Amino acid sequence: MKHDDVVIAGAGMHPWGKWGRHFSTYGVAAARTALADAGIEWTDVDFIVGGETVRNGYPGYVAGATFAQALGWSGARVATSYAACASGAQAIDVARARIMAGLSEVALVVGADTTPKGFLAPVAGDRWDDPDWLRFRLLGATNPTYFGLYARRRIDLYGATTDDFAHVKVKNARHGLHNPNARYRKEVTTDDVAASPVVADPLRLLDICATSDGGAAVVLCSADYARRLDDARPVRVRGVSTVTPTYPNTVIEMPNFATDSSAVVTPSDTAFRDAIAAAAYAEAGLGPDDVDVAEVYDLSTALELDWYENLQLCGVGEAEKFLRDGHSTIGGRTPVNPSGGLACFGEAVPAQALAQVCELTWQLRGEAGDRQVEGARVGITANQGLFGHGSSVILST
Amino acid sequence: MSQTASRTPIPAVDGWFELEPEPALIGARCVECSTVVFPPPSESTPCPNPRCASDRFESHRLATTGTIWSYTDAQYQPPPPYIPTTDPYEPFALAAVDLADDGLIVLGQVAEGFGVDDLAVGMQVTLVIETLYSDDQHDHLMWRWRPEGDQS
Repeated sequence: MKHDDVVIAGAGMHPWGKWGRHFSTYGVAAARTALADAGIEWTDVDFIVGGETVRNGYPGYVAGATFAQALGWSGARVATSYAACASGAQAIDVARARIMAGLSEVALVVGADTTPKGFLAPVAGDRWDDPDWLRFRLLGATNPTYFGLYARRRIDLYGATTDDFAHVKVKNARHGLHNPNARYRKEVTTDDVAASPVVADPLRLLDICATSDGGAAVVLCSADYARRLDDARPVRVRGVSTVTPTYPNTVIEMPNFATDSSAVVTPSDTAFRDAIAAAAYAEAGLGPDDVDVAEVYDLSTALELDWYENLQLCGVGEAEKFLRDGHSTIGGRTPVNPSGGLACFGEAVPAQALAQVCELTWQLRGEAGDRQVEGARVGITANQGLFGHGSSVILST
Repeated sequence: MSQTASRTPIPAVDGWFELEPEPALIGARCVECSTVVFPPPSESTPCPNPRCASDRFESHRLATTGTIWSYTDAQYQPPPPYIPTTDPYEPFALAAVDLADDGLIVLGQVAEGFGVDDLAVGMQVTLVIETLYSDDQHDHLMWRWRPEGDQS
């Protein structure tokens, strides 16, 4: 039987930090929390999707089966999703599509990772045909290189200041203070940011998110199944965007050396990050005015400002004003990153798009405690995965 | 990093740039739709224009001057496979440069001796070839962007 509506019946996380355990440990903990939250037994799940990580040896490449085995083989259907930072959203998309098609009723989506210290870097070995390897060898271009380029553009195009960037960190640190799953729970001042060393001019250490261990999971089911569970707090999945860029993509993106050429084909009016949000809005039948809360990808403080505009929470070039006016702070017009964002969590790549969905689930149920956005009924997540993976999820009550 | 007579200069990557008759990036141009591609595609790669079915390209020298789209630097030593050239590590700057005639933006390190304080969005730069790193036999050459003299 086909289903029109898919709901999030359960959400769970393993606290983020530098724990040094196997990634499946975090995934299983998050999965069990999500299953308990949903009131569903693991053996009732008929489909499991794992967000893949590529840095942890063989099991990381077959994450769905690794989690399934760790939870105890149950005969569930299985899939594994790799979309870099968008892995979790793509995994939700696959689970949701299977439920909508009537091929599954209850799906468990899990992402977890353990990360090394320092910069995210390519795996070892000489790979002269891999742009991600080549950008390190030939340019020394780390991820913050690209964040620095975008930040500098905001300064020169829109008059952003490094103080604006620091205020994003201050805001997110304050949001995350009471989040039990966050790694960093400490007030940060603009002076603290200014006193931290420059990593990629104009960005400083406290402008750039850390790498972390962590796990997140959600249980999806059909609305019919949720009714049988007597779920009094259903959160509906309204749209999932996994779009790729449209040629020519004229913004330089990790891990590329160059943009596409616009010499022959005129670029679309909608740039890639804008298109990620636009596709989610279109699928949900909702618009930016409907959004009460957003979880966006603050890989750098300056990048969060870009997302305000990409999500159309404000006009192009107006993100600094939106921030300064307090609109993106809890209590403001559209609070952004009430969880504390990556500023408080750090990156655990296959888990973070799922962590965003967990936070919105709690926000829409009114279960977010001291970081609750009052009256939140519609939430949007946004991030972007390396190699052209779009990711945005819209949820509503 | 001094160049010694015993080392042979070679490109750090094959086929992406040339030194003669003057330094230039070597891209490719689709023989059907004229779309420009950089880095040059490997054999039998299809044209990136999704409405073009061709997989045939001709070599195309990119413009050797452009304007800075944005810039940054690397204050921390990048991890391998980056090969550091000094100990202790010395930061370097990078610029993404808009090559207007080719319709694309190319990332590169900034020429030796220049840092972010020498750069601005919109500034004109010229392609130069410098040594990226050296080993016993070779100086491995790479393209870099040099701010034009009268602006700094």
